[in-house]
Amino acid sequence: MSKRQLWIALVLVFGTSPVQAETIQVTIDKLVFSPATVEAKVGDTIKWVNKDVFAHTATVKGGWEVMIPPKATASLTLQKAEAVDYFCRFHPNMKGHLAVTAP
Amino acid sequence: MFTRHIAALATVLLMGTAPLAQAADKPTDPQIAHIAYTAGTIDIEAAKLAIKTSKTKEVVDFAKDMERDHEAVNKQALDLVKKLKVTPEDNATSQALSAAAKEERAKLAKLEGAAFDKAYVENEVAYHKQVNGALETLLIPSASNAELKSLLETGLKIFQGHEQHAEHVAGMLK
Repeated sequence: MSKRQLWIALVLVFGTSPVQAETIQVTIDKLVFSPATVEAKVGDTIKWVNKDVFAHTATVKGGWEVMIPPKATASLTLQKAEAVDYFCRFHPNMKGHLAVTAP
Repeated sequence: MFTRHIAALATVLLMGTAPLAQAADKPTDPQIAHIAYTAGTIDIEAAKLAIKTSKTKEVVDFAKDMERDHEAVNKQALDLVKKLKVTPEDNATSQALSAAAKEERAKLAKLEGAAFDKAYVENEVAYHKQVNGALETLLIPSASNAELKSLLETGLKIFQGHEQHAEHVAGMLK
């Protein structure tokens, strides 16, 4: 590998990592979102892992909704900076909070 | 019918707290399993009636949620009693619940349209409130097997969610 190629490779490896989007996992077990509060950046993905045998949703009042089937996962890629409370529409006693900041 | 429903449970609750009768009247695990399963079945049957009768999307969706969740809880309950080799045991509380539910279904079956929606959803709020009260004050504290207790605790969270969901639907119907 020439010096120039090595340089490009280094840029690719290190230059891209700081802006790389992350996947943040939120587990649902016995009707609890865990962690209940998540801080994320625009472009990150929230992945809900539902361990319950019940269907749940992650719903923002007047906003988005993600259906999370029993024993399955569902994801949402965050599009905008916002701080929102979300809940399960089927079990409104399940609550979570999402703070999304600009990347 | 509520009055009778509540009276049946109130009797159980009062008996449960009366110091002298305490030990004898505390339901056993096989009885608790039977009561919990019966309570779930009652709500599934009410849901089926609502799915068939109601023309309102919110009410039908809610009823489908009830049917799905209560079937899932009851399946877990059946799996658990099988695992624990416990035979659910019929008892006065289960019988009182079933009798009251039969009356309520007969009443609902005569209604249609907005009157049905209102009666069904209001009954769902009251019914879940009543079952949650029984779970909190009698069934969970009386359960001796840890797994049964844990399932009842999850059931309580689910039903508390249903109570709030039913209240939300009731609010939309107004």
